[in-house]
Amino acid sequence: MPDDLNWAIGGEAGDGIDSTGKIFAQALSRAGRHVFTSKDFASRIRGGYTAYKIRSSTDRVESVVDRLDILVALTERTIDENLDELHDDSVIIYDGERTEMEDVEIPGDMTGLSVPLQRLAEEAGGAIMQNIVALGAACEVTNFPIENLDSALEKKFGNKGESIVSNNKEAARKGQEFVAEEYDYEFDYDLDTTDNDYVLLNGDEAIGMGAIAAGCRFYAGYPITPATDVMEYLTGRIEQFGGEVVQAEDELSAINMALGAARAGARSMTATSGPGIDLMTETFGLVATSETPLVIADVMRSGPSTGMPTKQEQGDLNMTLYGGHGEIPRFVVAPTNVGECFQKTVEAFNLAEKYQTPVFLLADLSMAVTEQTFEPEVFDMDAVEIDRGKIVDDDEVEAWTDERDRFQPHFSTADGISPRALPGTENAAHMSTGLEHNALGRRTEDTDVRIEQVDKRNRKVETAKEEEDWSPREFGDPDSDNLVISWGSNEGAMREALDYLDEEDIDVRFLSVPYIFPRPDLSDEIDAADEVIVVECNESGQFADVLEHDALTRVKRVNKYNGVRFKADELADEIEAALQSEEVRA
Amino acid sequence: MSSEVRFTDFKSDKQPTWCPGCGDFGTMNGMMKALANTGNDPDNTFVVAGIGCSGKIGTYMHSYALHGVHGRALPVGTGVKLANPDLEVMVAGGDGDGYSIGAGHFIHAVRRNVDMTYVVMDNRIYGLTKGQASPTSREDFETSTTPEGPKQPPVNPLALALSAGGSFIAQSFSTDAQRHTEIVQKAIEHDGFGFVNVFSPCVTFNDVDTYDYFRDSIVDLADEDHDPTDREAAKERILDADKEYQGILYQNEESVPYSDLHGLDSNMADIPDGAPEGAMDLVREFY
Ligand SMILES: Cc1ncc(C[n+]2csc(CCOP(=O)(O)OP(=O)(O)O)c2C)c(N)n1
Ligand code: SF4
Repeated sequence: MPDDLNWAIGGEAGDGIDSTGKIFAQALSRAGRHVFTSKDFASRIRGGYTAYKIRSSTDRVESVVDRLDILVALTERTIDENLDELHDDSVIIYDGERTEMEDVEIPGDMTGLSVPLQRLAEEAGGAIMQNIVALGAACEVTNFPIENLDSALEKKFGNKGESIVSNNKEAARKGQEFVAEEYDYEFDYDLDTTDNDYVLLNGDEAIGMGAIAAGCRFYAGYPITPATDVMEYLTGRIEQFGGEVVQAEDELSAINMALGAARAGARSMTATSGPGIDLMTETFGLVATSETPLVIADVMRSGPSTGMPTKQEQGDLNMTLYGGHGEIPRFVVAPTNVGECFQKTVEAFNLAEKYQTPVFLLADLSMAVTEQTFEPEVFDMDAVEIDRGKIVDDDEVEAWTDERDRFQPHFSTADGISPRALPGTENAAHMSTGLEHNALGRRTEDTDVRIEQVDKRNRKVETAKEEEDWSPREFGDPDSDNLVISWGSNEGAMREALDYLDEEDIDVRFLSVPYIFPRPDLSDEIDAADEVIVVECNESGQFADVLEHDALTRVKRVNKYNGVRFKADELADEIEAALQSEEVRA
Repeated sequence: MSSEVRFTDFKSDKQPTWCPGCGDFGTMNGMMKALANTGNDPDNTFVVAGIGCSGKIGTYMHSYALHGVHGRALPVGTGVKLANPDLEVMVAGGDGDGYSIGAGHFIHAVRRNVDMTYVVMDNRIYGLTKGQASPTSREDFETSTTPEGPKQPPVNPLALALSAGGSFIAQSFSTDAQRHTEIVQKAIEHDGFGFVNVFSPCVTFNDVDTYDYFRDSIVDLADEDHDPTDREAAKERILDADKEYQGILYQNEESVPYSDLHGLDSNMADIPDGAPEGAMDLVREFY
């Protein structure tokens, strides 16, 4: 379908690839088109190949595919890097006047458009606008009304002054006109516009937005890819709502600051990635035993150790599920797309306060750096509900005191949830501790009290299992014998893979699970299916392991751990192969 | 209730299990008196403690409190205070807790200058783990893990604090009740991070830095012509390895605490029932 465009700009890190890509994404979104972006980037600031890819259609797009239609190549390497995805009808825009690009060879039957990006940019007011010239050229190739690009440029450069905006518009025009005059190709593309008003944002931004919406006022963190954007989003915004972002000296400090703020009564969070989660692990148990509501976001990247900081992986599931010594009641919530990053963040704060537990928000790099379009209603602020749980005020304290008028912050209730008195509440002063404690919060080694408190804390999880909705989302053919299960950001690729499989007459029932713990009991679904395949971005199949454990059976696994997210067409092939294979990996 | 608060209101009904004669008794009493003298009450006070004999203090005091993990009390205190500026926040711990595992946090808490009080019960040994060398132990101090002494110079916490831009740096001796109370009180009243290193002898494991030793060697700055606002004079005394000082070594009276610099004055626990007003603007930004 000519309306489904896969476009990319690539070059050296430091070439402004990211912001150029974002401007084009914005232009497409402002024209009422759906957008889904992905990034190839290396962990360095200058030098090193980097690319920004956009898939756009008037239909919703949920994933990337193994195809590239238009490539803006600022370096020769950009072409090599994308050779696998380019096809005979691809168009490559490059600046053949630049000495480094003079000898560029356009592979196969592809169309090479040599556009003097730098020269035209200089004519428009500065070489720095060469990428914008390329965007103008792309508009011509795709028949995309350049006015949409204008509006994205206004948004991007509006606060830098009128002349910057008009120079950029001029640069885009020059690119467009050059292609129109110099080449008389019939291009295949004809990008429709609609009058939809979409918002375009990435997962980290959605997490930040969800946090503010949910009343989070305190954030402490330590920079780490790919979680830093959460902190950058909140900085400058949370203050407008009376909050504060603190850049701590390390992750140990960050989680403890967040814990302190939570004990003072603020909705509080921290976010990090694998190496940081390792450091924070020390405090998981304290959060749980002191029954402090805290949201801890882990935006996963490739591990172990420093791994591949800019690459995708879902390898921390076990870490968030089991990390920390002793046994720690906790919730692990894993959003499945950018919009859900917002909703699940709001939900995480409510769960944390209702059950006075740590809540892990398990996101991943692909989702965190992916910009995706949504109807604004997905971020409906009116629908945000805040549930602060069992906070007691001055008048209610007495009901929770013992015979000597001492407040009992860890009182063993039937549902496991104890009363919570925020500092400042009269006659409720109490201590909390990482030591095992009695109802008063005081240290104990009494065998009965120990068992009572462990059971009490675990009872909160049982209560939550009953009270909350942990269902998976269901797609595909509900009656199919082929069951595919995935978690996190694989949902998009898998949803689209269903269409590819359908074309091959393969029906599939697909369950996308946004909850790792508690998680839905899928035993019946798994029992009922002939084939069960679990899809995830890690080597061992961490989610497959827990599902096997739950259902007491073996499942097939489709795993990807090369650092790149699943592509829809590739995933369809893998599912097909798995359905045909006899092998079930132990 | 603040007008009628007595220092015993800060006492919990739990009997301390510290060894009889431990310096921590005096340190804690002074803290409770200082809190009461400065008009605080248990309901508006938050005590954060680390791990160690010293860290048990939160158990023996009555207030809102958190007894956290080893070395991380300062970050917790920071979070508490920034989230609710109405609370009086006091962080307490040992020399091992604060200058070993927590040393990184110490430097940064000093430079962050959050308006709270940090009391370190410095016994120059690890008490709770039964007598190993601490960062303030003498170079030749023999312990179970350093039979020939640590063979490295002790850290000078006051110098660390001064070099990190500390705005209130003081030292006291737990058994000198009146002076110790007075110094902690000044630290509470200070606008910013009030740091007090307290000589709080361990009678069980440290037979060098004893009550007698401190009694004989302490020089009280009240008896000297010391101007705490004079940073150079403070530096000279802090770097003088031959003397043990008691008193306020340095105070920057112009110090602006973190919350004031960042305009934080409201209790972050107060949030609306739904998304805050103006939240839709956050969405509009992404059109
Ligand atoms: C992460 C961690 N490591 C080690 C310990 C064991 N530990 C408990 S107290 C302590 C040292 C305490 O020394 P200090 O802070 O000087 O306090 P004191 O007991 O002397 O008052 C250590 C190492 C621990 N609780 N946690
Ligand atoms: S071991 Fe030392 S520090 Fe610990 S209580 Fe006994 S005297 Fe005090």
